[in-house]
Amino acid sequence: MLVKRDLRLAVRQGGALGTALGFYMIVVTLLPLGIGADLKLLSRIAPGVLWIALLLSALLSLPRVFASDYEDGSLDILATGALPLELVAAAKALAHWISTGVPLALLAPVLGILLNLEIGAYPVLVATMLIGTPAVSFIGAVGAALTLKAHRGGLLIALLVLPLYVPTLVFGMAAIGALLGPGGVTSPFLILTAISLFAVILGPIAAAAALRLQMQ
Amino acid sequence: MQTVTQRLANPTQFMDLSGRILPWLVGAAAAIIGYGLYLSFFVAPPDYQQGETVRIMYIHVPSAWLAMAAYTLIAISAFGLLVFRHPLADVSAKAAAPIGAAFTFIALVTGSLWGRPTWGTYWVWDARLTSVLILFFLYLGLIALRSSIEDETLAAKLTAILALVGIVMLPVIKFSVEWGNTLHQPASVLRLGGSTIDPSILKPLLVMALGFTVLFVALHVKAMRNEILRRRVKALQMAEVARAQAGQLAAAAE
Repeated sequence: MLVKRDLRLAVRQGGALGTALGFYMIVVTLLPLGIGADLKLLSRIAPGVLWIALLLSALLSLPRVFASDYEDGSLDILATGALPLELVAAAKALAHWISTGVPLALLAPVLGILLNLEIGAYPVLVATMLIGTPAVSFIGAVGAALTLKAHRGGLLIALLVLPLYVPTLVFGMAAIGALLGPGGVTSPFLILTAISLFAVILGPIAAAAALRLQMQ
Repeated sequence: MQTVTQRLANPTQFMDLSGRILPWLVGAAAAIIGYGLYLSFFVAPPDYQQGETVRIMYIHVPSAWLAMAAYTLIAISAFGLLVFRHPLADVSAKAAAPIGAAFTFIALVTGSLWGRPTWGTYWVWDARLTSVLILFFLYLGLIALRSSIEDETLAAKLTAILALVGIVMLPVIKFSVEWGNTLHQPASVLRLGGSTIDPSILKPLLVMALGFTVLFVALHVKAMRNEILRRRVKALQMAEVARAQAGQLAAAAE
């Protein structure tokens, strides 16, 4: 229900998704201009660039996860409703993942073409991103909940949340390397999955605790 | 019978007790660090490979220990605030954050200066360096979050949640950056089978570690006292403002 409502809002209000995708494209476009258009170098660093740009793009829409509902009072109604606040936070994070994480992950191969990424790497790249982005949304929701009442919340989220994205990034990259390497090792991929599941469980609990403090 | 933490929950008793032990702490820190510096500069032998630069270790290692100890203290305080609602827990967490950040910074800078002659570079993306750098960012996040929320009780609790999230994530971050190879030597002082460090180097190191720890406790107690005094001044100012407003209302009513 709530997920559906949030998704509908995300689509009809527009803006957020378009901005995130546009930001993603412009960052990836600027990169070859900054470091030079050596195709071999680009294809080597492409997965890392795509992952980091994805993290930054997902950050853009995080401040809105709770803020718009907080401002118009619907968060108060949700907090007093039958649904536990943990599930409300989980639903909001899930909606963020579907409306931001998934489109960004699906856009990545298109940008991969610009960076001369090998075609064979695309399925692996998209798979790791789809598995890793739930962690991005659910950890990000904690940051969004903590900064709900803060001044300059948007800037602050980046400082709070980016250090916590380190494991996701490291294992996202390790999974790509291991799966493309000889033997197709899957263990980093499994650890990445574990990190995402971990975030999906613990993120809403921390986010709900932070929200509850601010609703009183 | 009250436990020590319960008795310390009364800020007045804390001020009383800490006021009495603070001079001793400061004196002890100065004496132990003085002795430790003497040991590390004049008694400890230069390393047969690294020469004199090994003396950086006597600052670097205790700072790194305290960088981690201070974060642990913040997390314990955060837990104490959220679960037991201990009145001084937030004062402790708030006071420890900048001190811990400072020790983390010292550990990073001295490590960098030590790495130049030893490893030939100021910085490598080694697992330990990276995780200490991220620890530094976590400290900055705590300080920034607290300073950007106006309501102090709310700021305290939100920062406590962030500290607990951080302490849960730290092992994961450490594990993830250790995935790659590391240049850094593994832990060599505390481990099963005894220390691998020669006693001539170990003794000054332990003295310095003790001195730094006492220094940290002294700084922490001093910062906590300042914070309690600041809160009292603020409470007095608020009371003053309330009284002045009441007076104006009364005058307007006449």
